[in-house]
Amino acid sequence: MNIAVAIDQIPQDALPNASEAGPAPKRIVVAYGFWIFLLSDIIMFAALFASYAVLVRSTAGGPTGAQLFNQTTVAIETVCLLVSSYTCGLMSLATNSRRYLRTYLGALITFALGVTFLSLEIREFSSMISIGAAPQRSAFLSAFFTLVGCHGLHVALGLIWLIVMMVQVAVFGFAARVEHRLLCFSLFWHALDIVWVGVFTVVYLMGVSS
Amino acid sequence: MNLLGKLDWNAIPLHEPIIMGATGFMVLVVVVVLGFVTAKGAWLYLWREWLTSVDHKRIGAMYCILALVMMLRGFSDAIMIRAQQALAAGGAQGYLPPEHFNQIFSAHGTIMILFMAMPFVVGLMNFAVPLQLGVRDVAFPTLNSVSFWLTASGALLVNISLAVGEFSKATWWGYPPLSEMQYSPGVGVDYYLWSLQISGIGTLLAGINFVTTILKLRAPGMSYMRMPVFCWTALAANLLIVAAFPVLTATLAMLALDRYLGFHFFTLGGQGNQMLYSNLFWVWGHPEVYILILPAFGVFSEVMATFSGKPLFGYRSMVAATMTICILSFLVWLHHFFTMGASANVNGFFGVMSMIIALPTGAKVFNWLFTMYGGRVRLSVPVLWSIGFMVTFVIGGMTGVLMAVPPADFQLHNSVFLVAHFHNVAIGGVVFGVMAGYNYWFPKAFGFKLDERWGKASFWCWLVGFYVAFMPLYVLGLMGMTRRMQHYDNLSWQPWLIAAAFGTAIILVGVVCQVVQLVVSIRNREELSDVTGDPWNGRTLEWATASPPPAWNFAFQPKVAGLDAFWSSKYRAQATKDEPTPTCKYEPVEMPKNSATGFVTAFFAVVIGFALIWHIWWLASVGVFGAFLTLLAFSFRRHNEIEVPAEEIARFVRSHQAGVAA
Repeated sequence: MNIAVAIDQIPQDALPNASEAGPAPKRIVVAYGFWIFLLSDIIMFAALFASYAVLVRSTAGGPTGAQLFNQTTVAIETVCLLVSSYTCGLMSLATNSRRYLRTYLGALITFALGVTFLSLEIREFSSMISIGAAPQRSAFLSAFFTLVGCHGLHVALGLIWLIVMMVQVAVFGFAARVEHRLLCFSLFWHALDIVWVGVFTVVYLMGVSS
Repeated sequence: MNLLGKLDWNAIPLHEPIIMGATGFMVLVVVVVLGFVTAKGAWLYLWREWLTSVDHKRIGAMYCILALVMMLRGFSDAIMIRAQQALAAGGAQGYLPPEHFNQIFSAHGTIMILFMAMPFVVGLMNFAVPLQLGVRDVAFPTLNSVSFWLTASGALLVNISLAVGEFSKATWWGYPPLSEMQYSPGVGVDYYLWSLQISGIGTLLAGINFVTTILKLRAPGMSYMRMPVFCWTALAANLLIVAAFPVLTATLAMLALDRYLGFHFFTLGGQGNQMLYSNLFWVWGHPEVYILILPAFGVFSEVMATFSGKPLFGYRSMVAATMTICILSFLVWLHHFFTMGASANVNGFFGVMSMIIALPTGAKVFNWLFTMYGGRVRLSVPVLWSIGFMVTFVIGGMTGVLMAVPPADFQLHNSVFLVAHFHNVAIGGVVFGVMAGYNYWFPKAFGFKLDERWGKASFWCWLVGFYVAFMPLYVLGLMGMTRRMQHYDNLSWQPWLIAAAFGTAIILVGVVCQVVQLVVSIRNREELSDVTGDPWNGRTLEWATASPPPAWNFAFQPKVAGLDAFWSSKYRAQATKDEPTPTCKYEPVEMPKNSATGFVTAFFAVVIGFALIWHIWWLASVGVFGAFLTLLAFSFRRHNEIEVPAEEIARFVRSHQAGVAA
């Protein structure tokens, strides 16, 4: 999955002017299209972040972020997600060198960390709801649950996708399209990390400090 | 637990004769179409060649057909609105009760923008962009089919709302708190929400597809500054789709959470913020109008250059203007609500930005004029639409600049002056643009031209009808008439509204002429046929192949050496008396295989939408599961490509050349 392979596939005489080279190889097209999708997804998150920023003080007399957020849980969640990005990277390397066992192992650890992250998040949500800090309580909590929950939903979808990809590796081996999809998956997973960094900063750090 | 959620027999408005009449007519049309297909035994053909097709030309044509059908629906709403306002003055109440009138103007706006203009524009891009770029298909052909069918699903849901339940009464932008559960407890807003959400996701996927196609798939030699202007405008429009539609998705999701789960984003209680919705909505909504108008500008550029027999004047400035508008369109959203109460500085900034957009647009108008200047202009139907556009759009643009002045907007906000303004640019810009494109590319898509006489009749009716229908609204706006009035007491407005209704009747004649044009053209397709593939003496690559183009578009990968690639190769070939038959050998071509994924996914999308509208939770889960299984099945398909043998391509080229020679 490294870039050098793709560059080798382009005829050398076409290299001086890339914009006149003709249609790009499939792998480039797929990854490029997926990047565009990720950009659009990040814009959706931007809208949710903006709404959160507008509504963060609209607590309607209910609890504020400083009263609700547990920094230890959030720290563990963050570690899980960041480490899962690393193991996802290891999985990509294993895919590049066509090693099945390492690919499965990388995927398994990534999956386990993702599940840990999600279960911690669900526990946080349910404990908040149990003390009356449900999304129906105030505009602030609506925005909080939607922003963080939307990220969690992405993680959950990513986990399902990862299972499907491992089945595809088992069925098709490292066929070109399986490889393309694994590349897209790792882009997706890293993008979720970037969004989480935003969530961590804007929601939890700034929420507790003020 | 109720198995059917909120759905019961009361959902069908049997006591409303107008609605039941419209429903009956719609059902009749559907039955006639289905019966016709069955009688012709065309189901298998339809399924194989159209419904499961991933060919960008077929998908483009289906988008345009959807748009034309929805135009009839949206236009019927327009007639009803104008008739009601022409009648309901003083003591008269007209024939539409308020709750029905509110549904009609909401449906009219929603349909015309999202299910008429959008599909038409996306359809033209689908058809023309890969051909102009000299490639075989878009980047993701199956995804393209999914996009189309999701758009069709949204349109279907809007039409279902006519018969089952009701449509939104909260306008096409659905401002809260009116659109919240507290004030709109019915299913109307839910129909609006889910039809927009589903078709919006389809449009977003189409945007991703086209940005990738234009930036990564172009014929060898076609650098950015050699792309036809239509491709540039398509690029700008699709960049806007990618950047704006996710905001719509998020905004509608928030409103849905408010309505379904009692969240407090935009409610009056819980410290919700209604102006947040307005801001988010127009952060999508304003780029949306440029998503519609930019490709129309592209069509005019192609038409003007082709029918003037000259290269487009100021190609580079055209590209620069397009991309400038693309960026500026994100900096003006607040002019939709200057009256929100923001500070004078904020209003001033957005007012100035709104006025600045007129500059690149003005540059474009001059470029089109200079393209015509000194050319041999053929006054064919696409050119008439283009000239009509230039006059009409400039008027609409100037009233827009007028309203961009915040103090003036405080007077004109929510008046019918505004209604006149945006119809002036939407009809004079977008509708005239798609009509020009429809007449321009029709012979490429189907191998025969559209009838000129009926086309011209249609144009003149539209043009005259537009002025008669909307100029009175400018006057009425200045007289103080607000929009969306089911009834009014000021009798001095009535003559103007009767004039407007008369204008709508003239447009109706134009629409009838269009239908007749299509029927007459299909009947006379032998006389109107074009075997050369180049009926207009075109300049860009789509005219270099047969009409209709084969599935693989080009027998050989075209090589591009400059702007107007086809024009220059045509005249080089004449000058050197080159034989057009290439000497190199035909090679087999890999083409994407048909797939039912789009159709089946969209089917489940309709199931999900309908189930959520009526709170039938189990059915929604079934729909989600079905859509998931469909996508899974597609991802496990072993062969996505099919090889077209070289002999088949050679055979097609030989028969095409024989046709040209004869």
